[in-house]
Amino acid sequence: MTAPVVRLDNVHKSFGALKVLDGVSFEVGKGEVTAIIGRSGSGKSTALRCIDRLEKIDQGRITVCGHQVSEPGLDLRQLRRDVGIVFQSYNLFPHLTAAENIALAPRHAKGRTRAEAKEITERVLAQVGLSDKAACYPEQLSGGQQQRVAIARSLAMEPQVMLFDEVTSALDPQLTGEVLKVMADLAAGGMTMVLVTHEMAFARNVADTTIYMHGGRVWEQGGREMFDRPQTAELQQFLGNGL
Amino acid sequence: MTYRFDFSAVLAQWPLFMHGAWLTIKLSLLATLLGLVIGTLCAIGRGSRNPFIANACATYVEAIRNTPLLVQIFLVYFGLASIGLKVPAFVAALAAMVINVGAYTTEIMRAGIESIHRSQIEAAECLALSRVQVYWHVILRPAMERVYPALTSQFVLLMLATSITSQISAEELTAIANRVQSDTFRSFETYAVVAVFYVLLSLGMRGLFWAAGQALFTRRRKLGTPL
Amino acid sequence: MNVAFNANHLQFLLQGAGWTLLLSVIAFAGGGLVGFVVALCRISPIKALRWASLGYVQLVQGTPLLILMFLAYFGLSILGFSLPALVAAGISMTIYVSAYIGEIWRGCIQAVPRTQWEAAECLALSRVQRMALVVLPQALRIATPPTVGFMVQIVKNTSLASVVGFIELARAGQVVNNSLFEPFLVYMLVAGLYFLLCFPLSWWSRKLERRLVVAPRLEAAA
Repeated sequence: MTAPVVRLDNVHKSFGALKVLDGVSFEVGKGEVTAIIGRSGSGKSTALRCIDRLEKIDQGRITVCGHQVSEPGLDLRQLRRDVGIVFQSYNLFPHLTAAENIALAPRHAKGRTRAEAKEITERVLAQVGLSDKAACYPEQLSGGQQQRVAIARSLAMEPQVMLFDEVTSALDPQLTGEVLKVMADLAAGGMTMVLVTHEMAFARNVADTTIYMHGGRVWEQGGREMFDRPQTAELQQFLGNGL
Repeated sequence: MTYRFDFSAVLAQWPLFMHGAWLTIKLSLLATLLGLVIGTLCAIGRGSRNPFIANACATYVEAIRNTPLLVQIFLVYFGLASIGLKVPAFVAALAAMVINVGAYTTEIMRAGIESIHRSQIEAAECLALSRVQVYWHVILRPAMERVYPALTSQFVLLMLATSITSQISAEELTAIANRVQSDTFRSFETYAVVAVFYVLLSLGMRGLFWAAGQALFTRRRKLGTPL
Repeated sequence: MNVAFNANHLQFLLQGAGWTLLLSVIAFAGGGLVGFVVALCRISPIKALRWASLGYVQLVQGTPLLILMFLAYFGLSILGFSLPALVAAGISMTIYVSAYIGEIWRGCIQAVPRTQWEAAECLALSRVQRMALVVLPQALRIATPPTVGFMVQIVKNTSLASVVGFIELARAGQVVNNSLFEPFLVYMLVAGLYFLLCFPLSWWSRKLERRLVVAPRLEAAA
């Protein structure tokens, strides 16, 4: 069996006195889609951010695409070329068009030529269904469209794994669907994905594995049967509340 | 009042005034460009994690902003002479103006840089852009668009302030006015005419900056909204 | 014969600083009064007043203060007056300050939320009452930081009065230098004195600005 793309080993992290990750361990294999669910404060977003080294861990080990993320001497830029991340607030660059947002990193962080970057941009825009919005600025796009451009922007770097940090939480309900569809298509196409989400139906139907985090720990882990037959009282309550 | 206004003698000198206006424009544009570079570098320095650099930039800004330009010009002019550097008045004037406008530009650029949200920088870093690339593409470019009106005002004030360099005999419009008024004995008329020249220069400079802004900031040109 | 720097020189400089302060106060008082009128005219419902005040502001803001100084100086002598340089300096500084501070205050009046105007109107207050009782008190609070900040500009700009012969701090420095021939020492001292006058105002303005941002949030939370 090939090595996992993402592997967390007994990861601990505190923000000051607050222990946010209390011995988190899990693996994501190539082509697998892993969803992380849990209440606010359960540590799920923090765990995701640690994968892309947006936060530093106190203890434990994180290995991503062969990089030892938790060790000093990490080539941070190379890690970021291999990992794509999409944020809750899209974080598109407001002074650039959708196409310019997408082409920026391939050109300057990967050294692609203008022609290559253009071709990549057109491809990923088509992939997210926004080919006609290439020349639009973020303020001219709806929330759902902006988030799809953000996904395209990360895809343009041709990453080995994509991370999604509650990417539909800031959207109006009617715009959530278009983003989830793009993510489902990505999953079907074989992309390795780790997503923190509140969309239970998506986690149940699209994810290969779902991790339920509680109190900074992996409380339960499983496939779709976990939703039908939760083992622990906490997960039962969490799913029962529909949160 | 027995004084008879006579503008004709003064207006006859209009080629001289045009030459003076040209010198003022040259001095202003050079000082603007150099001041922008220094101001941007200092603004970045102000946010540096290195306390020495951050404090040095802060001290420079405070010292300049709390002392008059006239005194700064004297210090540069006499300071250079006292260490043996005999520079033409134009160079001393330019140096003093650059040092002066650099400090004000620092504050403006600092406000622009700080208006860029942390999440923008995070997104850029997660796209594997280097520190320099992040600064240029994600911080400085939108920051400059945002503070462009403030920069424009600052540089128009700079142009007006070049009049003070006449005190060290730098060649510009006010110095020429001084000469003309002593030749023609029509002091009030001379300065009134020169005032009109300056008003026209201000308008012209604002127009120039507006056009440059339209050319540089594509988003602004197309959408018309502030960033 | 080179004299050494002594207490007399320092005293002369300090006197100059005193005149600098006096001219600053005159400029602020006079310029503030006229500037207030300018600000009101800029937002007046009467079109002629709006255009006249706009023209005035554009004209003054487009002219260097140095030129205004010369115009006032020579203008006064044309009118037949033989007044001390302080008068010419005072008049030109008043005009200069009125245009800039008028614009600052206009901006602050317009920064008072539209809803306040509307609420006052719905209480059947006249325009004058609305301005005096509702809008201006709120505008005053918004205006304090930039006004204090502009005071720093006033103090620095008084240095230009030296070219019409008024013996304020910069001129005092020139006079002292002419007897000492130590320009670096003298002007560093002069700069230091200006710094002592200006820095407290700069610091105070920044403090007011911080409080202005924080206080409304605290009030809202209470």
